[in-house]
Amino acid sequence: MSENGKPKFAMYWAASCGGCEIAVLNIHERILDVDANFEVAFWPVAMDAKYKDVEAMQDGEILLTLFNGGIRNEENEHIAKLLRKKSQLLVAFGSCANEGCIPGLANLSPMEALFETAYHTASTENPEGILPQYEYDVPEGTITIPTMYPVLRTLDQVVDVDYYIPGCPPESHQIEAVIDAVIAVLKGEAELPPKGTVLGVGTSTVCDECSRKRDVKKIKQFVRIQDVERIDPEICLLEQGILCNGPATASGCTALCPAAGAPCAGCYGPANGVIDYGARMMASVASVIDSRDPDEIDAILDGLVDPAGSFYRFNLAHSLLHTGQASWNGKGS
Amino acid sequence: MTGEEAQTNGHRIGVYVCHCGTNIAGVVDVEHVSEWAKDALGDRGVVVGKDYKFMCSDLGQELIQKDIEREGLDRVVVAACSPHLHEKTFRNATERGGLNPYLCEMASIREQVSWVHTNKAIATEKAKAMISGAVERVKEHESLEPFRVPIEEATLIVGGGIAGIQSALEIANAGHPVYLVEREPSIGGHMAQFDKTFPTLDCSACILTPRMSEVGVHPNIELLTWSEVEKVEGYVGNFAVTIRKKASYVINEDCTGCGICWQKCPKKVIDDKFEVGLGYRKAIYTPFEQAVPKYPVIDHDNCTYFEKGSCKACEKFCPTEAINFEDEDEVITVNVGNIVLATGYDLFDARRIPQYGYGRLANVFTSLEFERMTNAAGPTDGDIVLRDGVTAPKSVGIVHCVGSRDRNFNNYCSSICCMQSLKFAHLVHERTGAEVFNFYIDIRTPAKEYDEFYQRVLDEGTRFVRGRVAEVTDAARLPGEEGKLIVQVEDTLAGQQRRIPVDMVILSAALEPRTDAYETAKKFGIACSANGWFTEKHPKLDPVATMTEGVFIAGCSTGPKDIPATVSQGSAAAARILSYIEMGELALEPVRATVIAEQCSGCRICNDLCPFNAISYDAETELSEINIALCQGCGTCVAACPAGAITGTGFSNEQVLAQIEGLLMLNVEPQPVAEPA
Repeated sequence: MSENGKPKFAMYWAASCGGCEIAVLNIHERILDVDANFEVAFWPVAMDAKYKDVEAMQDGEILLTLFNGGIRNEENEHIAKLLRKKSQLLVAFGSCANEGCIPGLANLSPMEALFETAYHTASTENPEGILPQYEYDVPEGTITIPTMYPVLRTLDQVVDVDYYIPGCPPESHQIEAVIDAVIAVLKGEAELPPKGTVLGVGTSTVCDECSRKRDVKKIKQFVRIQDVERIDPEICLLEQGILCNGPATASGCTALCPAAGAPCAGCYGPANGVIDYGARMMASVASVIDSRDPDEIDAILDGLVDPAGSFYRFNLAHSLLHTGQASWNGKGS
Repeated sequence: MTGEEAQTNGHRIGVYVCHCGTNIAGVVDVEHVSEWAKDALGDRGVVVGKDYKFMCSDLGQELIQKDIEREGLDRVVVAACSPHLHEKTFRNATERGGLNPYLCEMASIREQVSWVHTNKAIATEKAKAMISGAVERVKEHESLEPFRVPIEEATLIVGGGIAGIQSALEIANAGHPVYLVEREPSIGGHMAQFDKTFPTLDCSACILTPRMSEVGVHPNIELLTWSEVEKVEGYVGNFAVTIRKKASYVINEDCTGCGICWQKCPKKVIDDKFEVGLGYRKAIYTPFEQAVPKYPVIDHDNCTYFEKGSCKACEKFCPTEAINFEDEDEVITVNVGNIVLATGYDLFDARRIPQYGYGRLANVFTSLEFERMTNAAGPTDGDIVLRDGVTAPKSVGIVHCVGSRDRNFNNYCSSICCMQSLKFAHLVHERTGAEVFNFYIDIRTPAKEYDEFYQRVLDEGTRFVRGRVAEVTDAARLPGEEGKLIVQVEDTLAGQQRRIPVDMVILSAALEPRTDAYETAKKFGIACSANGWFTEKHPKLDPVATMTEGVFIAGCSTGPKDIPATVSQGSAAAARILSYIEMGELALEPVRATVIAEQCSGCRICNDLCPFNAISYDAETELSEINIALCQGCGTCVAACPAGAITGTGFSNEQVLAQIEGLLMLNVEPQPVAEPA
């Protein structure tokens, strides 16, 4: 509890794009409710703070921490463990902290390959081939940067997590609902949900919120959305051969993408009951391919040009496979 | 869950390791494994670990029973063979001990361990891992109760060939009602087309037609010829079957079967069904003289009245006014408890092997054409003649395995062609005295008195050439080949190419699944093999049942077979059904899939997947539903549901994951994420 009697709130940005931070600010004037009910103790993107200030806190001094981003380096891990210790409630906020998200896809490649792409390919201007060094001697002494880990881990693969709020990023109305719920708990009007609860989602899948017309599924071909001349505005996208991850993805986003004619990418993570998101989706899609001829089936599957990126775009780091073998072993490919 | 966290949860588990003679004990150190289970898995709830020579024996089962009583076991793990074999045995033993039978789990350490490994140390460790998985899994098991369903007394039989006829008579003679559906105007099937049956050379019609008549007049059999099944709903004991009775334009109640109508009908039609194109029938017809029922049907597409609006010769001459041109299809629904599918086979289309010349070279015949030709009631009155209808052949070549045992068409052996070809050779000898060549790959004569028949045909002087025929041609190259069909073949015994000129060639074509076998299987909720034959519940131990309770299969629809085997299957299916009817009620496995309604989004991915048609979609609630009595617990929908909203009793996520964790607990050291680079 702070001097003004308000409980402390923290938010942290680990390996992620920053969209989750924007999403929290995107709740507009409701952010004032956060300020009215909490003291913001640590939120690097919004206000100045030092790690040592957090280190100096009592254990459990922060009531609520929203942690976004995966654990990709030494610094991410250090802060995750630090915030775990100092927080009563640690929430994995957004897809990266929950399931790895886009940064988690890098688990398919060993670190050398990542550096190669980042520092040596055509999109990088680096004529001298300079690579970042963990340690560098300058006249003032040795400076260091955090060590990179061979794979990205999700927050709950590193520390104990109390609640999960998925989404890339979580939708504003869901964030508001969670804030309202927490405030209700603070006022003694409600009780905390059981530990491990996924907050800000529905019980079913995106299809449940999707208004498109659904029929029995039979897939004769897969098409990439950019290759479709005209998308039928009413019929289920999957039935039109556009790979839509809605059937396996938790509801809660109000099916924004399919409504706009774009397939669900799966950013809200696995539906309740789904353990390995990509495997689930692959098993489902394979089940409704409308052919008994092995050659034709192969040809239909060739329409899925990027299976890992399509089925595991958000969930790879939290899947049963977790990583590619090469990166797991920390070896070259 | 790690080893330390694993808990007994208050369970008392008995682990029983079977030697299976030396089947398991020869490779797995079973004594060591049972000791280990008791010692090492004690902290996970195992209180009894025993090994026994044959767990499936009475004494083995008693071990389980007694321990449940004395040691207060609440879960049982039997490490033995595959659950396919003895799951029921050990569930029964568990039940006799006083526990719910579904609290027993088997670890397959024979099929999955001892039979597939030779290294004893590794096999023993693997057996331990399998048991570790089973122990974790069985803790997640729940008590289940079987479903009980009453059995409707009537039976539906689809297909009026000899298999269907046999089933129908067996059930009807036992006093129970039967609906026999046949899509042709008469029952009889392929057997009615044959002249003689091998190896006894009985007259096929003489042994078949008494059975057909018996069916026709049987008080317990309702014969629905010229009819087809449209839809099947319901489940074992309680199927509702929709049948379309095609318009025959004949009022059966008034028809005496006198035959005046087809004598007077002016329209001749090539009979490509019964006479396989060798003869003619009229537009109003019965397929053959002894047809059952005796009532003719009008072939709508070929009837002059329906084509041009006038004729009605049949109506004019019918003495009983039994013709009704206003007749329409009638759709009826019957309720039955069990179904037999005896839908038979189609003959391989010999045109698909163009180098054999069928359809191009006049004197190349198919086996079925030759059957009709040799039939005394057939288009040539039993004379064996060339396509000109008069010339008797002086030499005949009979080609075996046409479309069978051929990787271009069907890998399987059609089973009857060798004997059929030997029969043909005999008939040619007997009736024409012509020289006969049989071109074969192997001669297969395994059944009773079959090989004796082969010896007889050999003694008659038939020449046997071992080799697959390359070509049948009319292009003469050598003297003596003019005007003949030349069979080009590699004689693999003589080790040389031969050209054998003959007057007539008979192609013993393969038996193939009906072209609509897959649709039929789907309609009745059963499976087809990759070739298209209906799939048995167990190929050896349950060959006439299917994975769908209450749907049985018999005859060539399950694979090529001869008449005795077909008849046996017809009887076997009837026997299975009679026992169901006698029981009056059936207990069904409670292993079923269920939709968790609040997790289902109605995405409809599962809707078309169920092999048993158990899934339907409710447009009101926008949810998919499973008919629990139709569901056979196969798990297809459970695997396919993208939302994980379908759960399979006995195969829940918790059970399967617990088993995997149990397996990994033992053999894989937990690996930390690789150290920072």
